[in-house]
Amino acid sequence: MALSKMERGQAKLAYMLVLPATILILLIYVIPIVLVFAASLTDYTLVSDYYEFVGLENYRKMFADEAFGNALRNTFVYAGLFLPGAFVISLVLAIAIQEQKQFRSVLEVLYFLPVTATLAAMALVWGALMDSGQGVINNSLGAVGIPGVNWLGSKDVVLYSLAIISLWSVIGFNMVLFLAGLTSIPPSLYEAAAIDGADGPIDKFFRVTWPMLGPTSMFVAVTSSITAFKLFDLVAILTHGGPDHASEVFLYLTFLEGFEYFNMGYSAALSLFFLGIIFLFALIQALFTDRNVHY
Amino acid sequence: MARLDLIDIKKSFGETAVLHGISMSVEDGEFVSLVGQSGCGKSTLLRIIAGLEAPDSGEIRIDGRVVTEAVPKERNVAMVFQDYALYPHMSVGENMAMPLVMARLPLYARLPGMRSIMPLGRKTQAEIHGEIGKVAKQLHIDHLLDRKPAQLSGGQRQRVALGRALVRNPDVFLMDEPLSNLDAKLRVQVRTEITELHATSGLTFVYVTHDQVEAMTMSDRVALLQSGRLLQVGPPNTLYAEPSSLDVARFIGSPEINIAAGERVANGVRLGDVLLPVAVEGQGPVQIGIRPEAITVTDAVGLSSGAQTRQGPVLFFAKRLVEDLGPEVLIHGAFTHAPDSLIRIRAQKGDSYGATNALAQARSLNVTLSPAHLLFFDAEGQRLTANMLEPVEAV
Repeated sequence: MALSKMERGQAKLAYMLVLPATILILLIYVIPIVLVFAASLTDYTLVSDYYEFVGLENYRKMFADEAFGNALRNTFVYAGLFLPGAFVISLVLAIAIQEQKQFRSVLEVLYFLPVTATLAAMALVWGALMDSGQGVINNSLGAVGIPGVNWLGSKDVVLYSLAIISLWSVIGFNMVLFLAGLTSIPPSLYEAAAIDGADGPIDKFFRVTWPMLGPTSMFVAVTSSITAFKLFDLVAILTHGGPDHASEVFLYLTFLEGFEYFNMGYSAALSLFFLGIIFLFALIQALFTDRNVHY
Repeated sequence: MARLDLIDIKKSFGETAVLHGISMSVEDGEFVSLVGQSGCGKSTLLRIIAGLEAPDSGEIRIDGRVVTEAVPKERNVAMVFQDYALYPHMSVGENMAMPLVMARLPLYARLPGMRSIMPLGRKTQAEIHGEIGKVAKQLHIDHLLDRKPAQLSGGQRQRVALGRALVRNPDVFLMDEPLSNLDAKLRVQVRTEITELHATSGLTFVYVTHDQVEAMTMSDRVALLQSGRLLQVGPPNTLYAEPSSLDVARFIGSPEINIAAGERVANGVRLGDVLLPVAVEGQGPVQIGIRPEAITVTDAVGLSSGAQTRQGPVLFFAKRLVEDLGPEVLIHGAFTHAPDSLIRIRAQKGDSYGATNALAQARSLNVTLSPAHLLFFDAEGQRLTANMLEPVEAV
């Protein structure tokens, strides 16, 4: 179909207008992904200029690698510990705070404070608190006669400890999201429910609050999942993947392979696998959020 | 079906007193409107009847039973909210089933997902389904039962809200400005439907509105509230024809009643240079309430202001503008003796001066007042009793 001169001019203008955004997206997202993918098909290392094309060798190696399986398992265990807490505790707190009239804003600020703190610095504080010898937590437990726990040094406990620290840092944020969701529920719905007989806390929650929070819940669940899979800083600062790889989570393994062992090709393959997982979560959110909007 | 009694209901929000002791009764099967300007306390009163708000003092009885302390569901009242308050995540059928499900299924059977695990209360569910079907048919929404509220028009949502209230067979049916979210045309239609619903269901209705036309057209009795006080309760026509105070007279009737300043004299009331042959209690200045239809435009010529005719005394009227309403016209202007006042006259087009052409030309008109239809109020706005005197010989 032939375009008139004016239409062609308009099309040109349109392309020019989207050009800056397109360039940015290409530079920040597309080109790096393509480059990482290209790197994942080579045996490129940081210590040698020489590299060659190895095809899917890195991916084959990945699925045979014990460390990969261990990191994946650790990540899922950690996510399994972190997610329910990040969701349920935030929701319960949000509901409890919303019913408060007097101290609502004070409580909101208090719970939100950890979000504003630098996690790297706070990790050191938590490390001191959780120290097996002189840590405040073990000392307090000892004072009431409970034997101390080797929070960060025990293979069985370390993922729990990391989950607790992450929860502390993320609950305030999720709580604010839930509070926003709760505030947007029209009060007349609760009144209608009260007249219809749904005035107990359980009925109120399942008949009104929970369904009306659908989109918020989905958002919180997905962002928290992504946060869980992105766990890196706590491990890097507190445990270095130890003890005995018990806290070696996926991103930390990727980091180790790339910047400690200099296997850039293999690290690139791990990164792409990670990207796939995150993409899946994003997809779930995009698909379900739309369907759950009621208005 | 039940009688509703309110006894000295008081309510304050913090320092602000919203209701100053409201006492009234609604008979079994009666349709009573609570009407007043926004902020007069009518919605608060309705919410107190529903149990959504607790009064500071006073007593509420439904069918003789004291329910002041009872939670909403124990009162067996139904309420239609201004924004309908339909559950957006539930279908129309589920919305309507809600009160029945809550009343008839035990808690464990109401938990989400339980119905798919265990065949709980299947018989009850079937019963509920049947009852909803009946009500839905009555309201002509039986084809919408599977839709979500977001897929419905305003009028349909309104009906679903009515349906949800009806299925539970309430003692008292409460409505909080249910028509305010509808467009003007639909409002008139739903108004009739609600009136018919009241007639067929025989339920006790309490209806809150700020629109006096709704209150007048729908109710058996109208309760007019102002600043948390009950000004007058009575049948619509009583409030219109025999208002107890100037505030009532002003609120009821559209266009608003005209107010003119008069003076009580020995043989009647003086309005400008006109003597109205009416004996009004007390003495001194008086406020005269004149309904727009109590003034007649006369085509008699050569009359002087103050002259008496068979329709009443003649006044000169300076016309400002004319609004054509189709069958009638609304004339805005002032009596010539008080040019700053605003007087509205309603005239049928059939009248010779009602003809728009003639009106458009005329600057000033001769009008007559019908003394029998005038209302008199003292300076505080309290209604004064008035008696017609023998009319002065008409010319």
